[in-house]
Amino acid sequence: MKLADIIAEAHRSHDFSGLVEAIPYARFLGISVTERDGDLIARLAFDDKLIGNTLLPAIHGGVIGAFLETAAIMKLLWTRESVHVPKTITVTIDYLRSAGPRPTYARGIITKLGARVANVRAEAWQSDRAKPVAAANANFLLPSAEE
Amino acid sequence: MSDSSGKPETESTRRVFAGLIPHMDVLGMDTVSAADGVATIRLPWRADLVGNPETGVLHGGVVTTLIDTVSGLAAITALETPEPVATLDLRIDYLRPATPRVDLFACAECYRLTSRIAFIRATAYQSDPDDLVASSVSTFMLTKSLGPQATVVAADRPR
Repeated sequence: MKLADIIAEAHRSHDFSGLVEAIPYARFLGISVTERDGDLIARLAFDDKLIGNTLLPAIHGGVIGAFLETAAIMKLLWTRESVHVPKTITVTIDYLRSAGPRPTYARGIITKLGARVANVRAEAWQSDRAKPVAAANANFLLPSAEE
Repeated sequence: MSDSSGKPETESTRRVFAGLIPHMDVLGMDTVSAADGVATIRLPWRADLVGNPETGVLHGGVVTTLIDTVSGLAAITALETPEPVATLDLRIDYLRPATPRVDLFACAECYRLTSRIAFIRATAYQSDPDDLVASSVSTFMLTKSLGPQATVVAADRPR
């Protein structure tokens, strides 16, 4: 099954879990998505393999960055009609708190949706949504149908 | 870069660093070199790290993790006495997709070190170091240099 078909099916069924499953690295990290209160929430299950600092312990900063980027892309796919995956141009990640050994959640907030480029902010939190562990700002290239 | 005297050998830095970061081993990252504020890490291509199953191109997040790791390693090796560092912010420009089934390298350099902050730039590439996959700038906070009272604050940061 092609990625575009999986995205189209996700739009039809309002279930994007199949799409996340189709992305090897998202599956490897243990990312899942659910619709909640009219928004798309991404979840990163904790696993020992995600640890970047054994002393704290804390989840690797790169994993948190990858999770935020995935949450932003999923939000774009969920919001737009297109079946084409946005391409990341730039990501800037601010690390705010240590991400401990427990589940992490993230949501994307589309700041601007243009014809060619989208700007998305993403926030990740653990037990308290008001205390984000990291935030990212990313620019994505939106491929047109013929690309 | 500060004087290299009194610094541990590259091999011991490598060993300490690798043991502290399980996720490096999980992704199959291998430290090529790390000394005096300059570090290089290699990441072999692997099917479960792919972002697009149709093309086999690595997920952007893998590049993020590779660059974050090599940048932290450059920061640590710039210090007189190695200590844990915490990423403050990290910006990555994705310049081209990484070619599938080819090793990915990342090289980072600490170009400025203050008593509290390490400023790092890094690039990711494959067979040609001039044909960049990604480019990055980041800042890292030194944790121990903050003193005992700041330990709680330092421990409250990632990595």
